[in-house]
Amino acid sequence: MASIATTAGTEPVFHLEEEHAHAEGSSTMLGFWLYLMSDCLIFAMLFAAYGVLGANYAAGPAPKDLFDLNLVAVNTAMLLFSSITYGFAMLTMDKGRVASTQAWLAVTGLFGLAFLSIELYEFSHMIHEGATPQRSAFLSSFFTLVGTHGLHVTFGIVWLVTLMVQVARFGLIEANRRRLMCLSMFWHFLDVVWIGVFTFVYLLGMLR
Amino acid sequence: MKRFGALLLFPLAGLLSGCDLVVLAPAGDVAAQQRDLLVVSTLLMLIIIVPVMALTVFFAWRYRQSNASATYAPDWDHSTKLELVIWAAPLLIIICLGALTWLGTHLLDPYRRIDRIEPGQPVTQDHKPLRVEVVALDWKWLFIYPDYGIASVNELAAPVNQPIDFRITSSAVMNSFYIPALAGQIYAMPAMETKLHAVINREGTYSGFSANYSGAGFSGMRFAFHGLSDEAFEQWVAQTRTASAKLDRDSYLDLEKPSENEPVRHYASVDPDLYGAILNLCVERGKMCMNEMMSIDAKGGLGLAGVRNTLPLQYDKLARRGAVFGNDPSYVASICTAEEAAAVARASRDAWPTYWPAKNLSPLRGAGMLRPGTDSRSAEADMPPLGLLRREL
Amino acid sequence: MPDTLTRFIFGRLTLESLPLHEPIVVATFIAVALGGIALLGAITYFKLWTYLWREWFTSVDHKKIGIMYMVLGLVMLLRGFSDAIMMRLQQAIAFNGSEGYLNSHHYDQIFTAHGVIMIFFVAMPFVTGLMNFVVPLQIGARDVSFPFLNNFSFWMTVGGAVLVMASLFVGEFARTGWLAYPPLSGIGYSPDVGVDYYIWALQVAGVGTTLSGINLICTIIKMRAPGMTMMRMPVFTWTSLCTNVLIVASFPVLTAVLAMLSLDRYVGTNFFTNDFGGNPMMYVNLIWIWGHPEVYILILPLFGVFSEVTSTFSGKRLFGYTSMVYATVVITILSYLVWLHHFFTMGSGASVNSFFGITTMIISIPTGAKIFNWLFTMYRGRIRFELPMMWTVAFMLTFTVGGMTGVLLAVPPADFVLHNSLFLIAHFHNVIIGGVLFGLFAGIAYWWPKAFGFRLDPFWGKVSFWCWVVGFWFAFMPLYILGLMGVTRRMRVFDDPSLQIWFVIAAFGAVLIAAGIAAFLVQIFVSIRRREALADPTGDPWDGRTLEWSTSSPPPAYNFAFTPVIRDNDAWWDMKKAGYIRPLSGFRPIHMPSNTGTGIILAGFSVALGFAMIWYIWWLAALSFVCLIATAIGHTFNYHRDFHIPAAEVTQTEAARTTLLAAQG
Repeated sequence: MASIATTAGTEPVFHLEEEHAHAEGSSTMLGFWLYLMSDCLIFAMLFAAYGVLGANYAAGPAPKDLFDLNLVAVNTAMLLFSSITYGFAMLTMDKGRVASTQAWLAVTGLFGLAFLSIELYEFSHMIHEGATPQRSAFLSSFFTLVGTHGLHVTFGIVWLVTLMVQVARFGLIEANRRRLMCLSMFWHFLDVVWIGVFTFVYLLGMLR
Repeated sequence: MKRFGALLLFPLAGLLSGCDLVVLAPAGDVAAQQRDLLVVSTLLMLIIIVPVMALTVFFAWRYRQSNASATYAPDWDHSTKLELVIWAAPLLIIICLGALTWLGTHLLDPYRRIDRIEPGQPVTQDHKPLRVEVVALDWKWLFIYPDYGIASVNELAAPVNQPIDFRITSSAVMNSFYIPALAGQIYAMPAMETKLHAVINREGTYSGFSANYSGAGFSGMRFAFHGLSDEAFEQWVAQTRTASAKLDRDSYLDLEKPSENEPVRHYASVDPDLYGAILNLCVERGKMCMNEMMSIDAKGGLGLAGVRNTLPLQYDKLARRGAVFGNDPSYVASICTAEEAAAVARASRDAWPTYWPAKNLSPLRGAGMLRPGTDSRSAEADMPPLGLLRREL
Repeated sequence: MPDTLTRFIFGRLTLESLPLHEPIVVATFIAVALGGIALLGAITYFKLWTYLWREWFTSVDHKKIGIMYMVLGLVMLLRGFSDAIMMRLQQAIAFNGSEGYLNSHHYDQIFTAHGVIMIFFVAMPFVTGLMNFVVPLQIGARDVSFPFLNNFSFWMTVGGAVLVMASLFVGEFARTGWLAYPPLSGIGYSPDVGVDYYIWALQVAGVGTTLSGINLICTIIKMRAPGMTMMRMPVFTWTSLCTNVLIVASFPVLTAVLAMLSLDRYVGTNFFTNDFGGNPMMYVNLIWIWGHPEVYILILPLFGVFSEVTSTFSGKRLFGYTSMVYATVVITILSYLVWLHHFFTMGSGASVNSFFGITTMIISIPTGAKIFNWLFTMYRGRIRFELPMMWTVAFMLTFTVGGMTGVLLAVPPADFVLHNSLFLIAHFHNVIIGGVLFGLFAGIAYWWPKAFGFRLDPFWGKVSFWCWVVGFWFAFMPLYILGLMGVTRRMRVFDDPSLQIWFVIAAFGAVLIAAGIAAFLVQIFVSIRRREALADPTGDPWDGRTLEWSTSSPPPAYNFAFTPVIRDNDAWWDMKKAGYIRPLSGFRPIHMPSNTGTGIILAGFSVALGFAMIWYIWWLAALSFVCLIATAIGHTFNYHRDFHIPAAEVTQTEAARTTLLAAQG
């Protein structure tokens, strides 16, 4: 901004002669961060609801009757691995290697699918045993919190596939790099939320 | 606007003299103290509001464009002294008001037992608090008098100058129990109990109603509150005892069905366990009471064995429908008998003291107050823990 | 079999869902339908469809989107106000055993719809529209950060409004009050479609609001012209920034809480039910954690408007810019710490209540500081009493009263006697009409010439002003008195005849306000007719101070031919004083975003999805959801998103303005 400051004797500058370059999508990262924070707030509300209702079993089953920590540990591992592989995808993207980027993205998607399948298995098992979301406020808030996270992962996978098609058709162009960057933030964000879920819902639930 | 103000004032004064500003002239000591706080706060704020409004009008007039004689300082935009004043003046008012609020809120906490009947007349051992259990139904009020074993619908009576001890709940949706002449309102919520302590100082008939919208019949959810002399109250009790109707679980379930603009009804006797059952949402036999459920939950639930311990709902207030993707309406079945459940509720009520220990009121007269937190809730701490405490607010 | 098929196709939508037996609704429907057909016919007759579609509906120009928001707000104001006047009439006649003319089924929908519409579909579009139009101009930007998202946000808001309007003629609206407290709003006590309309309208509109909040934050953070540091931003931009921060940090709460309510209603979960461990009090807490910031979302931008107007029409720099900014930020933060004051009567205990009461009072300190700042901006000024300034003075006198009663309600024991009473109604109308609406009228009168190139007719503006101000006092002072008489809100019939006179006075006030609205519409009509006489060729009709007045009225699509450079927080004032000479040559091609119809299509699918969910038409819900996702994905394959305005065209536009300015002498 030094050029703007005027000293006595020089004409004040009131406009830029050249076009002011706003890089394509320069606000996107900030905007996406803001979106993630707003999404984070939705999760915060669901966590809060779980915090309030999590011990209201309505004389039904409690976490320790339902959760299988081994299964959840495997599940957590799936998601954590998917974050790592996404990181590899981003590294290869920076080097401009389309094929290996696509490969790492595919691996990420598979880990995501594995996570979802295990979660769905867990849900169906619980529902089969009668522990439905309708049975108690605890179960309502549990299914909603974990299910919302699962829905996010589902959308993440749909998005991932879309971007893979984009990259296949248009290569690692500026727009696609930006999109992959956004999805990366989204994916890691889901990972962080899951760590919250794992600690707050599963681990503390077993201790209760 | 000034012109309009002047025009308005005359008919306004006439109109106001003809109407009953019950909030500003209540008949109960609690409401009177709340009124005092209202008035004092208003006056405090007027200290700043009046000058601001006067200055607005004055500046607008003084610095109008056509007034060339007024000073014009187009670049004057800062004055540290003035900034100090404009932040400090509201701050000082708010400090006063905040202190007033902290004290007033604790002293007039509806859960806190009143300690005076009127200014200068403390509550003594001789005062026998009247206990009333209030249930907001769709769309009428049920009042149960546990000390007398009677109940009334849409009519409440109490002797003047005796403390009244309300326990308030609701059968289905949120309402707010409010008798402006007596004391401020408090919500009535299903499966939860709120409390209100008050006293009525003048005989008369006052109006009470729900102050929180609760559905179609809300407008008609009004009741008369009679402040009676001791004799008249005894008479009212005796008269109520001659009523033919009795209130038990079955007649309650009948009463509970939604109805609008209900007339006054009296019940000569009341099932002593009814209120506890209403509060715990287990008037229907076989349904698990909330206190039972909560004590089970506190111990970690019933495990997978309890998962199918639900039964289809036989009866429901509004022909209740289940959610479209949910299961059919159901309830959690009780694992103890109705009698056992009732015993718990009864025990909690028996622990409700019938007289209040006298309080030393001297701090209230300005010798310095007790720390409000310790003062107002100590009364609660004296009471034995109930199964319901977690639900209480 | 055909019955099952009908249920499959139409869900729970039947012929009985259409309120054919309700004469009032049928008459309204016929009126709306005739009006609608006339409007559509006129558009077709004048062959305006292509023009509207190309230039407006698909436009990503923040100015046009801003104007469309204002039109939406105005249309919905008429709907919301007709609800208001129906309530006033009902309450004025329902005495002495009279049931009035509305049964509870109707009346309860009307007060719910009034609240929902006025907050979500009148105040919010107006405020968003104003911010959309003004902010990029004030910061010297060509558009917002995400122009397509802006268009999409607008159409989502419209989508919500469409659902609310649909509830008038297909089915019914919620009968729960505007915040739909459970258990009353649960499936058990509200099994009809009303609450579902409420939920889906707010969810659809909420997406738009949140995205537009993100968009404007990015715009303000990233798109400011060089030299405009944070502490050189115009106050309106500052208040807009804080408002959008509030939006992004509070609307997700609403989304989450409504989602939980919908799960209770659709799936039978137990978040807010009475039994099975649900907790209705949690809903009340959560919705007010959104609801209280919402109040500041509405008022803060208008505080900005008043700052701009006071400073401009006093011909003075704004007094205490820095403390104004800090006051705004303090209000933003504190607005999250006060939500419980909406339900002191729930019995949270004295310490909790006093905490929230005192935090509420603390908000009045920065607010008071703001009032003083405007006051001392007027001090030693040369005040021109044009319409915007009249609204501002009326605001300062009205709003202080509303603020005072607000602080009064923050004293918990006083709230115990006034909560949910008509005193409360009078209070929040006092701040919302006296603050938000007066501010909007000030803002509309102030920026109208910028948007359209001609000023609003002052005579009809003054008629509207006096009708509104006097009408407001007539309509709401009686409610203060009624509140002190212990009259509660949302009552349909009364049994104490001594109350009636006050309701009659209030109804008279409402009629005056109706005249004010009519005069406002006449003002717009007359101004369009007299646009030649009222024209503003200079682009700076009020001797303005901020950047938007440096460009032409209406501004060209690119706003500024050259990106301005800022040296002072009254940028344009500074430029005028320093002898700014408009550049006449050396124009470059300007990079601009292209229009797109994707926003309106996505919003259309969202409305279909909402409607299908409301009526349990599952095939339509699934179909529209799939279409929604497919369209969104398809949009990412659209790479024709921008173009350049050629330098020749810019030169031509600027030359035309030079001629116009020269003609002024």
